[in-house]
Amino acid sequence: MRASLKRLFRKIGEINHRYREPRIQMSAAVKASLLFLRFYLLFLVCLMVYKFILLLN
Amino acid sequence: MNFFSKLYYKMRKMWKAVQLYLVIAGPGIVVMVADNDAGGITTYAATGAKYGYHLIWFLLILIPAAYYVQEMTVRLGAVTKRGLAEAIFDGFGAVWGWFSLVDLMLVNWLTLVTEFIGMTAALHIFGVPPWLTVTGVVLLMAIIVLNGRYWTWEKIALLFCALNLIYIPGAFMVNPSVSDILKHGLIPNFPGGFNGQLFFFLMANIGTTIAPWMLFFQQSAVVDKGMQEKDIPWGKFDTLLGSALTVVVAIFIVIVTGTTLNGTDIDSAGQAAAHLMQTDRYVGTFMAIGLFDAGLLGAICVSLASSWAFGEIFGWAHSLNQNIKQAPWFYASYFFALITSGLVVLIPGAPLVLITLFVQVIAVTLLPAALVFLILLLNDRPTMGDYCNSAWQNLTGGFIVVVIVVLSSLYGISVMFPNLFQ
Repeated sequence: MRASLKRLFRKIGEINHRYREPRIQMSAAVKASLLFLRFYLLFLVCLMVYKFILLLN
Repeated sequence: MNFFSKLYYKMRKMWKAVQLYLVIAGPGIVVMVADNDAGGITTYAATGAKYGYHLIWFLLILIPAAYYVQEMTVRLGAVTKRGLAEAIFDGFGAVWGWFSLVDLMLVNWLTLVTEFIGMTAALHIFGVPPWLTVTGVVLLMAIIVLNGRYWTWEKIALLFCALNLIYIPGAFMVNPSVSDILKHGLIPNFPGGFNGQLFFFLMANIGTTIAPWMLFFQQSAVVDKGMQEKDIPWGKFDTLLGSALTVVVAIFIVIVTGTTLNGTDIDSAGQAAAHLMQTDRYVGTFMAIGLFDAGLLGAICVSLASSWAFGEIFGWAHSLNQNIKQAPWFYASYFFALITSGLVVLIPGAPLVLITLFVQVIAVTLLPAALVFLILLLNDRPTMGDYCNSAWQNLTGGFIVVVIVVLSSLYGISVMFPNLFQ
């Protein structure tokens, strides 16, 4: 079990290393799109947290 | 004589084109018809029952929307020979890659649960207990994938796609008024005015037509099938045919429930089938068979989309052309998702309604991201070369993506806050 987990984490480390740098050229349009996505996802997470708090109350 | 020889030559040429298409056909039709999964059937059945034929025109608009989004995956898959998950990792780095992969796993697993809910509800109408349905489906899906050939899997999937057409004779059996369909269905209108409830139904129809798993599935299927750049025109035609077919089936479902259950509030396709059993036994049976088939087709595709994506990233062998010994992790992840999601349905008192709603919420966190990544990857000229998006494709594709993102997000939000649009 421990060895399997170790192998898994090593594999994840390899994947992170392999895809460390984005290959796509970071033009202004790409940067703007990714920034929009970050804000969009942040907004959704805030909504989900708010809903979760409402459910708890 | 000259006329006959020309005719013969033309017929031969056409037959060769049909033969070539039959070789290429598959990913586009399978993904689009599988889009009419258990959740989709419920949405269309509820739309017909609530608004009759009045929203058929809106379904027709979804043909180009689905086509423009899905054809991009054909080009990207055929040119890069990579699935969308791998393309996102490679293009945008590990952070966005992990986000997409983990989100895809979660939303696919939850979608699988909803497919099992649909299948058990459909066979429950015939008195089949849920445990038997789940066991039977898992065994059937094992037989389908374990033959070790993509070609065989695809042809079996196409057979289930053909069974999805069962709604067409079903619609003829309820004797709908063709003049009413043409009069009310084809002219854009908003029955009862544009209110919150109608908006919810429009959003639900869009949400069910474009799902995140479809993007990942079709691109991986294009790669697994071994499609090349020269096959792209046929791949696009396949996608267009699939888009039209999925909407035609949706329209016939709307006609069935719009004719027989008009004005009724329907919560699930299983409930619609049970209602129909009381009015017309055969139509009810068709509805139930169609629902089971939709759930099965959805389960086949959704579970494969996850396994392909996992295999691409972890570097495991991940092709249906490899047997279980050659690709053990690919099949292990496939069966793990399948069995665990099937077991959830069998847990007494499991929050199945909550899971069904939760799928929509999680899907809106992935769909916009996947669509934005897709458009950006299609604009990567060094990789895509001549198959890069043109200005026109960016304009139409971009517009469709913005509309889908806005409406599916509003749909997800309305699921979380049901009173928001009422």
